[in-house]
Amino acid sequence: MQPDTGKIAPPSDDRRWRLIGASMRRHGYQSHALIEILHTVQEAFGCLDEDSLRYVALSLRVPLSQVYGVATFYQFFTLKPQGKHSCVVCLGTACYIKGGTNIITAIEDKFKLKPGGTTADGQLSLLTARCLGSCGLAPAAVFDGRVVGKLDNAEVLKQLTHLLKPQAAPTEEVPS
Amino acid sequence: MMPEELQEIATIEQVSEQQFQSRIYVCVAAGCLSSQSDQVKEALDKEIARRGLEKWCQVKGVGCMGLCAAGPLVSVNGGEYLYQSATPADALDLVESLNDTPVKRLLCATNIPFFQRQKKIVLENCGKIDPERIEDYIANEGYTALLHALTEMNPSAVIEQVVQSGLRGRGGAGFPTGLKWTTVAKALGGQKYVICNADEGDPGAFMDRSVLESDPHRILEGMAIAAYAIGANQGFIYVRAEYPLAIKRLKIAIRQAERLGLLGSAIFGTRFNFHIDIRLGAGAFVCGEETALIASIEGKRGTPRPRPPYPAEYGLWGLPTLINNVETFANITPIIRKGGAWFAEIGTEKSKGTKVFALAGQINNTGLIEVPMGISLRDIIFEIGGGIPGDHSLKAIQTGGPSGGCIPNSYLDMSVDYDSLAQVGSIMGSGGMIVIDETSSLIDVAKFFIEFCMTESCGKCVPCRVGTKQIYQILTKIADGMAKPDDLTLLEELCELVRNTSLCGLGQSATNPVMSTLRYFREDYLAHIRVDEQESSEVPE
Repeated sequence: MQPDTGKIAPPSDDRRWRLIGASMRRHGYQSHALIEILHTVQEAFGCLDEDSLRYVALSLRVPLSQVYGVATFYQFFTLKPQGKHSCVVCLGTACYIKGGTNIITAIEDKFKLKPGGTTADGQLSLLTARCLGSCGLAPAAVFDGRVVGKLDNAEVLKQLTHLLKPQAAPTEEVPS
Repeated sequence: MMPEELQEIATIEQVSEQQFQSRIYVCVAAGCLSSQSDQVKEALDKEIARRGLEKWCQVKGVGCMGLCAAGPLVSVNGGEYLYQSATPADALDLVESLNDTPVKRLLCATNIPFFQRQKKIVLENCGKIDPERIEDYIANEGYTALLHALTEMNPSAVIEQVVQSGLRGRGGAGFPTGLKWTTVAKALGGQKYVICNADEGDPGAFMDRSVLESDPHRILEGMAIAAYAIGANQGFIYVRAEYPLAIKRLKIAIRQAERLGLLGSAIFGTRFNFHIDIRLGAGAFVCGEETALIASIEGKRGTPRPRPPYPAEYGLWGLPTLINNVETFANITPIIRKGGAWFAEIGTEKSKGTKVFALAGQINNTGLIEVPMGISLRDIIFEIGGGIPGDHSLKAIQTGGPSGGCIPNSYLDMSVDYDSLAQVGSIMGSGGMIVIDETSSLIDVAKFFIEFCMTESCGKCVPCRVGTKQIYQILTKIADGMAKPDDLTLLEELCELVRNTSLCGLGQSATNPVMSTLRYFREDYLAHIRVDEQESSEVPE
């Protein structure tokens, strides 16, 4: 028998589950809130693992297959944990024309990393974006949520070294 | 909120604005923010406070001023001076200059065609108002169109104005907006919905993002007017998750409008109720297609379904639904305020009004422009855009993103409107315009777009899922110099097939970049084709 909606126990006693519970309550446990809820889960935990998919499926009374289908259909959702830092290189048309692919190659060579991958020490994830909408600043990339434009290879490697430095102050420029 | 209160808010805001003798506006839209314009604003605030000038000089964060490549942009006294590439360290000089001569080293000329040749309707408030304060929007005639519509017009009169304006959908296809509204208004059923399509997925397009970040209330007002006209009480804005700033400002705007009673129940004391919710996309290009977008709002995989029935009759949860693009809604308030006839005077016979373009690629003035329909490509690229940097020459102009085509430089004097663009094998699209110079290979560009469509294909129908992959493989072969003459024939046949048999707009238009480059730059393809020794003697030139 299907248990009562909203009384499903979260997978662990991690406090972050309360956020997800609150979000589902706000949407009245309606199945069409699925994408919104997955956004909340990914924001809280960084990725969608099997436990969280099962929990959301049970709570919203949506078949697990459908939840998995949605989670894998949309590029924004990830089932794998991401690195501590992230670098998203834009490969939109404007950035492509202005050499966005060279930036990818430079990062690949330096960190032995493919787009979509994470370094072995779990420090850095390399991702690509369809378009950041910062075409005026092409080529552009996002370093831990901060958009930097008009990049060249040297600047990208400088930004990444800065990002990976232990306890780097985020706004301070590194004197070179 | 009652009608008098709106006027009261506007007056209070205008009076408090007039107290200031000087005004410094700093662009805080995403383009300039990524060049740290927030720190520039902070430094200016600090400098003003240090000198005790708070009552005398206003520092305001405003929306996009257009010339994104020169950011952060700072405008003084309503455009008297415009400064480019400002840094926090310049704050001292900028404040100092208010009483004195302008800071020459940062000055950006405003008498250039980039500013002079534009006509701003959609972007009229961008760069002027604080997008996070509803009072500022109201002081600039905000929500007066909604007031006028609700208290002095009946729904059919509103639709009549939109029909008269000749406005066509700004999402790309150019369907007449008035006709769409009429159809939804006539559809049977009590519950109807209004959806704003803000899933701007085209790479190289950022018009909608700029409008949402710079003037979010304009969209809410346009949606509310549409809802009144068609008889809906619930709206959704479907916005890309990749636009966090736009989402944040929309949320603020909705909260402010609800607090003042401009959204919610009994708006302006009438019986009209309207609520707006935000739905986040999750990175799927196909969700820009209206039936896929509806599926996504319903919490499902974003796959399109065959039309008809169109969403106007069978949309969200099977109920009549009006879907319009951000820029379309942004045009509604001026049309209601100034009348459909006023709007119909701008533009060409079949394409009315203005269009916002995102100018990018190999061009001097990258940024956001708004021009009247019917302007020539030459004027956009060489006058407004300032031409091609370096000693390079123009090779092609790509419009309409992955669904559009490449226009060769021989068509520079062509008028920019829906029908002319379609005639040369491209589309207006949502308004991305990428300038390509002779250093770029157009085969690479075609390959880039086909790879995009291949990855973004939802996989539901075979021609799109398999066809785009096959086209991509042939293009790769051509680019690598491994293709034979037969491959070109196969490529053309395949493009025809995918275009004619795909389910939705994604597949139907995915071949446009390939077909248009084949049509205008065939010699580029032929130069890559391998002709074997013994065959070459038989193949006639």
